[in-house]
Amino acid sequence: MIALEKRPEPSRWLGFATPLFAVLATMIAGGLLFAALGKDPVAAIATIFWEPLFGEFAFYYRPQLLVKGAPLVLIAIGLALGFRAGIWNIGAEGQYIIGAICGAGVALAFYPFESALIFPAMVIAGAVGGWAWAMIPALLKVRFGTNEILVSLMLVYVAEQLLASMALGLLKNPEGFGFPGSRNLQQYPSAFNADLIANTGFHWGVAAALVAVIFAYVLLSRHMLGFHIRLTGAAPRAARFAGVEPSRIIILCLGLSGALAGLAGMFEVAGPSGQITIDFNVGYGFTAIIVAFLGRLNPIGILFAGLLMALTYIGGDIAQSQLGLPAAAIQVFQGMLLFFLLAFDLLINFRLRWQKGATA
Amino acid sequence: MNFGAIDPVLLIASLMVAATPLIFAAIGELVVEKAGVLNLGVEGMMIVGAISGFIIAVETGSPMLGLLFAAIGGALLSLLFAILTQLALATQVPSGLALTLMGLGISSLMGQDYVGVKPPTMARLDIPVLSDLPVVGPILYSHDPALYLGLVLVACVWWFLNRSRAGLTLRAVGENAEAAFALGYKVVRIRVLAILFGGACAGVGGAYISLVRVPQWTEGMTAGIGWIALALVVFASWKPGRAMIGAYLFGGVTVLQLNLQAAGLAIPVEYLSMSPYIITILVLVFLSADRSSAPGSLGRIFHASR
Repeated sequence: MIALEKRPEPSRWLGFATPLFAVLATMIAGGLLFAALGKDPVAAIATIFWEPLFGEFAFYYRPQLLVKGAPLVLIAIGLALGFRAGIWNIGAEGQYIIGAICGAGVALAFYPFESALIFPAMVIAGAVGGWAWAMIPALLKVRFGTNEILVSLMLVYVAEQLLASMALGLLKNPEGFGFPGSRNLQQYPSAFNADLIANTGFHWGVAAALVAVIFAYVLLSRHMLGFHIRLTGAAPRAARFAGVEPSRIIILCLGLSGALAGLAGMFEVAGPSGQITIDFNVGYGFTAIIVAFLGRLNPIGILFAGLLMALTYIGGDIAQSQLGLPAAAIQVFQGMLLFFLLAFDLLINFRLRWQKGATA
Repeated sequence: MNFGAIDPVLLIASLMVAATPLIFAAIGELVVEKAGVLNLGVEGMMIVGAISGFIIAVETGSPMLGLLFAAIGGALLSLLFAILTQLALATQVPSGLALTLMGLGISSLMGQDYVGVKPPTMARLDIPVLSDLPVVGPILYSHDPALYLGLVLVACVWWFLNRSRAGLTLRAVGENAEAAFALGYKVVRIRVLAILFGGACAGVGGAYISLVRVPQWTEGMTAGIGWIALALVVFASWKPGRAMIGAYLFGGVTVLQLNLQAAGLAIPVEYLSMSPYIITILVLVFLSADRSSAPGSLGRIFHASR
């Protein structure tokens, strides 16, 4: 019989090691899943993790790592701030959509006028859009005590409908021969979020993600506000005695995560995606939840976790085309990762001990 | 626009159909939360139930067998949540999210070959005379058996929670796990059973969507109904009867907006489709002020060593 014994203090090295354990366990379980689907497990895992980095076409896939990793990191950083404080924004997908709509809306309003001010205006619009969308659950929680999990999630479905309505109506390309979808911003120089260094995938969104990582790191480890955020999550009562205003933390955390998700959406629509379409959102807002936990809610950890998750996206695409691995298998694979992660967290706070007979 | 196309009798009959998945999912989650566990994976368990039930119904030709396996599928997925939160002592909120993400992936993996397939139809109740009555007939006496099963389930859960000893124990575990443990109740075992029950109910609710309500399989077809069910539990202040009323209310909104879409109301389709979600938010706003009826240990991790 295995008994759990609480450690006097959480283990530090296991805090670093458990994400790696989880990745390994996911590879094994994922391999079993792929084998069950009739694919060679070793080849599938190798395709997912090796091919994009060192394979024959790595020169093409490596930039993709930044393109896919940037929105994940950007969103996850914001989510992690909230999760640290026990505030569960799970509607990042919606804030991402609204950020994209606002950013693209500003660009399309000025089309075809060219100016260096258009892109900065889009950045602001994207951030404000995401922020405003996140303010709905924040204000409702502060004012009425409404559950932010449910409200932020409901708003994802509302945002998706809004996206469809924009793609088919207000933002539809007037020269698009009646097809749904907006003008392609990649063909509008003032609005195009091009690679800063050609063919590296390093666009403004990647730069923003790096800035966000540094900002969040400093905030959490060097700033009083960051301490208050962590305190609110770890000991809400103690935080209140220390004079931390819970509603301020709620508004701040949800607002920041909304703004970052909105930024991610804006950079995506102005760059890699190029246009507002009905299926513009691909689930980054939800995958970012996994990224946040995989990075142990730590900004530096999230940076690596985001890249790893981007790798599974790209590798998954390759495995799909080369091995015929279904796209959904990758989704399950990513879900497994979160599962193992949460399960292995047990080891940080508890020691496993073998005991004879039943426990008391 | 043509309001005449909306037949009130058919509207009520179809709102009962629309409400049934919500009833199943919400009543299951209600029992789970009464045991002090917050499982945010309802959406995931529903969609896994939807596809398990669909596959079994298509392969065997029996919708009832489909429902049974939907319950098993939902319960199996919820077992993962039970292991995570009750044995591995993981935090319940992210574990539930993991369950939903996982369920969405598993379901689309399982359902690859079933897109566009038509499931066998569930026989409807047809009582001579009663089913043919005007107004009352179509509303009360001509639905499929699963719909009535949902109503029976509400009554059973009400009786279980309020009138049975086992229900009292379950509530004690949810109100104060430490005290219940001190009294000698097996907290973890009771919670695991409650989680499995919740999973089975969500699974049946999901299968009701794929077998009766829609009836076909498309990826992500539960479209947030699992989350609305979670909101319903709050709306119902953890009371089964109120959960049922809430489900009918939401079913009514859904059906009404669909009817308005069909009738060609001058509001774009997308804005009508938003309405169930917006109304859920509004309802949450009006009812969240009173959280006094929430189970005391809801969402807290329990470990006997402390």
